[in-house]
Amino acid sequence: MTPAQTRPHPRRIAEGLALLTACALVACAPSGGGGGDDGGSTIIQNKGSDTMVNVAQVWAEEYHAVEPEVEVEVSGGGSGVGIAALIRGAVDIANASRDMKPQEMEAAEKNTGKAPKEFTVGYDALAVYVHKDNPLDEIELSKLAAIYVEGGSVTRWSQLGVTIPGVSDDTIVRVSRQSSSGTYEFFRDHVLEKQDFALGSRDLNGSKEVVELVSSTPTAIGYSGMGYATEHVKILRLASEAGGPAFEPSVENTNNRSYPLARSLHLYTLGEPEGAVKTYIDWILSPAGQKVVEDSGYVPLATDTADAEPEPTTDSEEGSTEN
Amino acid sequence: MTNDRPRKPERISRPRWAVYGEKLLEGVIRLSGVSAIIFVLSIFFFIFREAAPVLVSEAFELGQFLFSTEWYPTSALNVRYGTFALTVGTASVTVLAMILAVPMGLGAAIYISEFCGPRVRETLKIVIEMLSAIPSVVWGFIGLTVMSKLIVRYTGAPVGVNVLNGGIILALMSVPIIVSIGEDALKAVPDTYREAGLALGATRWQLVYRVLVPAARNGLLAAVLLGVGRAVGETMAVLMATGHAVTIPHGILDSVRTLTANIAAELGEAPAGSDHYRVLFLTGVLLFSITFVVNLTADLVIRGIRKK
Repeated sequence: MTPAQTRPHPRRIAEGLALLTACALVACAPSGGGGGDDGGSTIIQNKGSDTMVNVAQVWAEEYHAVEPEVEVEVSGGGSGVGIAALIRGAVDIANASRDMKPQEMEAAEKNTGKAPKEFTVGYDALAVYVHKDNPLDEIELSKLAAIYVEGGSVTRWSQLGVTIPGVSDDTIVRVSRQSSSGTYEFFRDHVLEKQDFALGSRDLNGSKEVVELVSSTPTAIGYSGMGYATEHVKILRLASEAGGPAFEPSVENTNNRSYPLARSLHLYTLGEPEGAVKTYIDWILSPAGQKVVEDSGYVPLATDTADAEPEPTTDSEEGSTEN
Repeated sequence: MTNDRPRKPERISRPRWAVYGEKLLEGVIRLSGVSAIIFVLSIFFFIFREAAPVLVSEAFELGQFLFSTEWYPTSALNVRYGTFALTVGTASVTVLAMILAVPMGLGAAIYISEFCGPRVRETLKIVIEMLSAIPSVVWGFIGLTVMSKLIVRYTGAPVGVNVLNGGIILALMSVPIIVSIGEDALKAVPDTYREAGLALGATRWQLVYRVLVPAARNGLLAAVLLGVGRAVGETMAVLMATGHAVTIPHGILDSVRTLTANIAAELGEAPAGSDHYRVLFLTGVLLFSITFVVNLTADLVIRGIRKK
């Protein structure tokens, strides 16, 4: 055995190893960023509000039938999650069931160099749900706040003069939303007047979950978008003040602002939308897109203003703060 | 190349590549060995680096963080970061899970290792391994849909997602770990112990609790602690099964929120670099410290047992 004979081996092994390492490195290397043009089709990233996730999904599907070249990828998580993704520049469109805050606008502009642009695409009435066996039919906002607010005085149904049939412990089971939810913030700002929720509420991660938990719990009360109503729950009529008239969340009551918890549904883009994103938003604001809003249980934009976007936004904001 | 050969002419030396190759392999193995330390330290470093700036922020007080039950990270008027209720939530669910899982897991380990026949043993081991392969989101779903209805029906609790639900789900998740590691520990007791015990006229039961369990206690303790670790760190199942309410539970039918579930639910929304984001990372540090203390205590206990 001479060294000369054995030497080729290590070299071959070393070469083999080097080749393997190279392969592994190539395999591990991050594949180019997703989105953008991919074999001719365009992908629009859309994320945000859980209230809007169903309607956004239907928009995406129907738009794909109209424009097969464009894929819209929809995901939920809450308005805050969508807006946080927009600030990072990770999505094309953020859905929000609340207004973007000034500091979020600034953060987005600082981070991406583009100011977010708001599009109002419909309205939602925030419905207050109770179990179908609950004899209560209407409630005023101050009582609702007393149930939910930190240090609130109402913890039992008997304090509201309500007896739930077949229940021994009538402690109110408060059902709320996780703090990234636009619904959560809207309820806090408009019912609790920006005060905090009492701790100990069941903070659920979706609009549908709230309705489901309320439907299976006789002593529960919860709030969620009006589009999530089922036959197993009852929607309470709301009165702005004690003794005042109470209104149910309906298309008419939302449009004429008599229902106190109506809010706008927004899309946000970074800067003026261009290309596929622009045509998509134009389609959402067109009658075809607005029909989806109506079919999903929400309130479409009034027909005469559907084409001009900026005016209805400001109108609606003044309208909702008056209430 | 041949110039350096004449130094040790009469020795049959191994080819140089084999020597270097061995050194290299030794190095790789040593690196794998210490990699655990490197990973743990770097994970701790990165989590702490994300969390550290909030410690000097004026909106934050360490005393409030550890001992206040008020968790209001997104309050419009008064932001408070108190995690005590979350810590108690984690502790309550874990303790209940262990009360259920430890007797069941150790009992199953003893049965599989000492009492059952070979065919039953193989079947049981396969089934238990399948049990441990069920993803936690599936467990959470079972808790949310099946278990919560049963709890409402049989206990009269207003809501079925609570400490009891989370505890049962976590117990079911920890049992497979406790069984398989506990069984290994019992297997490791030399057969001479069993033979000696039987020769002295011990019954099977006496053999188990006088000989085998004391002999295997380190391994059994390790099995239990890995179960605890699983329960403390579990996220998805407890997020779905415990009701997600920030409150100190007064009984097993109250809903709670755990440290892990809170991080999972809120990290996505918290803007990167904000106080809320950093406090969530600090919660991670807290979780890390809790598991560290549990493991350290276990280690000391085992050492104490050894010294006796």
